[in-house]
Amino acid sequence: MTAGADDLILEITKLSKSFGPVRALREVDFQLRRGEIHALAGENGAGKSTLMNIIDGILRPDSGEIRLDGNPVTITSPARAQALGIGFVHQEIALCPDITVAENIFMAATNSSRALLMDFRGLERRSGEILRRLGDIDPVVPVRSLSISQQQLVEIAKALTLDCRVLILDEPTAALTEREAQILFEIMHKLAGQGISIIYISHRMVEIFDNCDRVTVLRDGQFITTMNVSDTTPGEVVSAMVGRVIDSLYPPKLSVGERSDEIILDVHDLTERNRFREVSFELRKGEILGLAGLIGAGRSEIVKGICKLEGEVTGEVSLHGRALRLAHYADSIAEGLVYLSEDRKGDGLFLDMSIAANVSALCVEQIAAAGGGLIDDGRENEQAERLGARLNLRYGHVGQPVSALSGGNQQKVAIAKMLSVSPKVIFLDEPTRGVDVGAKAEIHRILRDLARSGVGIVVISSELPELIGVCDRVLVVREGRIAGEVTDDEMTEDRIMYLASLGEQRPVAS
Amino acid sequence: MSTVTTPSGKHHDASGGVVDMLRRLLRMRETGLVLIILALFIAMSFASPYFLTWNNMRAMAMAFAVEGVVVVGMTILLISGGIDLSVGSVTALAMVIAGLLFLNGVDPWVASAMAIAACTAIGAAMGFFVTRVGLHHFIVSLAVMVIARGLCLLGTGGRPIGLYTLPPEFKFIGQGSIGVIPVVIIIFVVVVVVFDFLLRRTTMFRKVFYTGSNEKAAAYSGIRTKKVVFLTTTLCSALCGVAGIIYMARFGSAQPTFGLGMELNVIAAAVIGGASLSGGSGTIFGAILGTILLSVVSSSLALLDVSVYWQDIIRGSILLTAVTIDHYLNKRRD
Repeated sequence: MTAGADDLILEITKLSKSFGPVRALREVDFQLRRGEIHALAGENGAGKSTLMNIIDGILRPDSGEIRLDGNPVTITSPARAQALGIGFVHQEIALCPDITVAENIFMAATNSSRALLMDFRGLERRSGEILRRLGDIDPVVPVRSLSISQQQLVEIAKALTLDCRVLILDEPTAALTEREAQILFEIMHKLAGQGISIIYISHRMVEIFDNCDRVTVLRDGQFITTMNVSDTTPGEVVSAMVGRVIDSLYPPKLSVGERSDEIILDVHDLTERNRFREVSFELRKGEILGLAGLIGAGRSEIVKGICKLEGEVTGEVSLHGRALRLAHYADSIAEGLVYLSEDRKGDGLFLDMSIAANVSALCVEQIAAAGGGLIDDGRENEQAERLGARLNLRYGHVGQPVSALSGGNQQKVAIAKMLSVSPKVIFLDEPTRGVDVGAKAEIHRILRDLARSGVGIVVISSELPELIGVCDRVLVVREGRIAGEVTDDEMTEDRIMYLASLGEQRPVAS
Repeated sequence: MSTVTTPSGKHHDASGGVVDMLRRLLRMRETGLVLIILALFIAMSFASPYFLTWNNMRAMAMAFAVEGVVVVGMTILLISGGIDLSVGSVTALAMVIAGLLFLNGVDPWVASAMAIAACTAIGAAMGFFVTRVGLHHFIVSLAVMVIARGLCLLGTGGRPIGLYTLPPEFKFIGQGSIGVIPVVIIIFVVVVVVFDFLLRRTTMFRKVFYTGSNEKAAAYSGIRTKKVVFLTTTLCSALCGVAGIIYMARFGSAQPTFGLGMELNVIAAAVIGGASLSGGSGTIFGAILGTILLSVVSSSLALLDVSVYWQDIIRGSILLTAVTIDHYLNKRRD
């Protein structure tokens, strides 16, 4: 299948961009057809963001050509990009939470308007028209009252107001549950049907293969290939992204013979008013236990409750048969129960502080010189270097700020921080969110190694393939209760979704 | 048990280490400040014959030494993510409380201890409103700034109170010298060295950095961030109390209107020295260099007969320049 020049809306040839000595893009070609959903894949640092930021006018290319509808264009600013019909929905939601949906959607228009007074009624009417294309959102409520997925739709609505012909979506499903993501995909197909071309950036192969027409792969700032999704396989795309063949996406699970009856953690009748009730489960030695469920089902709340990070919890928690009395998260750390936050940048890491300081944050006393309260820099650096090597962390030196690392390496620092206290149980909340394919596989391997060495591992993930690929056993949480448990052959997306959403109006039934 | 002071790893790269160390030194903001201060010294020694005299040096040092104690408290508070606008009036209040107690027959040392305790209590109250009630440092300390100043004026009727009968051994704190070095400067150096060491090396103060850098991440690391903020807030006011007592000993009086605008000077010094208003970074040494810079500039302008009105304009411009340069340096590092 070859595309005629007439159905190309965006054509990029030999685009290059350097930041000092770093060549972010090297003669990259990219072609977007009218009405197609085109996936852009590549590891972090492959040049996806640079390319998109050039298309959106945030960055200027050093050389190369951009043609829109066959005409060469120079995109000097995001405002110019919008005028040309290019809309960019960034990964991070950037809305004003206290003003209404309508005002957010027409922020740009309001800004360039010459009118003296706000035309609130007009805004409501026009945003109502756009929102009807996307789903059921009331234009007059403040953005703060919406869920994350609804906010994402508002971002898309914002891009659509500007007579948008090219829509760039940067990892839009990162913060969504599977179900919310499905709604987003339906909308994407609807928009594509209306002739809008969509550039879809994602790490998730399943999403690319279920929803996109073509996929372009970048690696190390270079164009690798563009393929029809129907002509390729996820394995082929991943190999193109990492430049080598990845034999298996997930490490091998425990065989039947390796399973142990020894219980590491025993949670009994854990209850917190309004959030979860009567949660009981056991974590056995050597296994990786998954917690599945829709966002808001209470998965994070349960593990944060166990660790005393938040909430007033009643119930019994015993570690290796001994009942724990924890008053504060510091006690939990001292007992060896640690929690890896789902929001790495928000509450997981100290971005402006050094790698070494981040790794030692859980227990600074540990790096103090014998007995005293004085930090021993040598010991602190040695700890970070040792754990960094164990996790295959790629960095310059341990005095570097964490903000200088890629997402995958930042996550490894967060994991190193957990390991610094030699934990007995680690609760990981979305451990591979925003992490590229290579680092993701490494993190999964690390988790398996830890489990084999006797550390209890509990993983929360909204990505079902990840839970199914990594965990030996999955508990499904629905509305604050354990709705069921799946192991072995039962561990399928359909079964988990059924348990997670049973009792809702439209169960995603098997 | 012996304490391990230098980890062996540090010595291995000694050959290339000198150049490396120089490069690291040049990148540090403290080096820049020292160079600027030196340049000012050289320029001023040509411009005014009086500048490089012992008397002028001594006067300059006395001018920033006591305020330097407050700068230490403010820097630590800024690192933890807080701010305190009440430092000037709390310093004055320490003087007024100790002065009034002394006039009513209390031993000056006891009166001083009580005044410092009162300031500590004020800091604890601010810490309570910030960490327990959940108000912002800016608002709480703004209110306390006004209240403390009101208390000063109420207690004294708005007039300075002379403390002519202060015993000489008490005045020694503010006016005496050991050898050629004034006691005030010795106290200042001790406070700076002690807190600089604590801040750089102790696990206790490392938690202050964690808390200021990202309070949520600190809480998610098991650090009791409210306790940290409560303590830094209290410490800052306590150091204001200490400064107030030194001032009282130096002036031999309690001045209810002392320290107006001190908060701006103190915050400016800390920020010029590298403290961030959003928390998580700063050093005592840098903040003191900031204090010295501002003080040298004031003194230079006075020697050059520049009008006091111009002095404020120039001080403000220095602050703006320093912060702007810092902003761009940070941006480039990203």
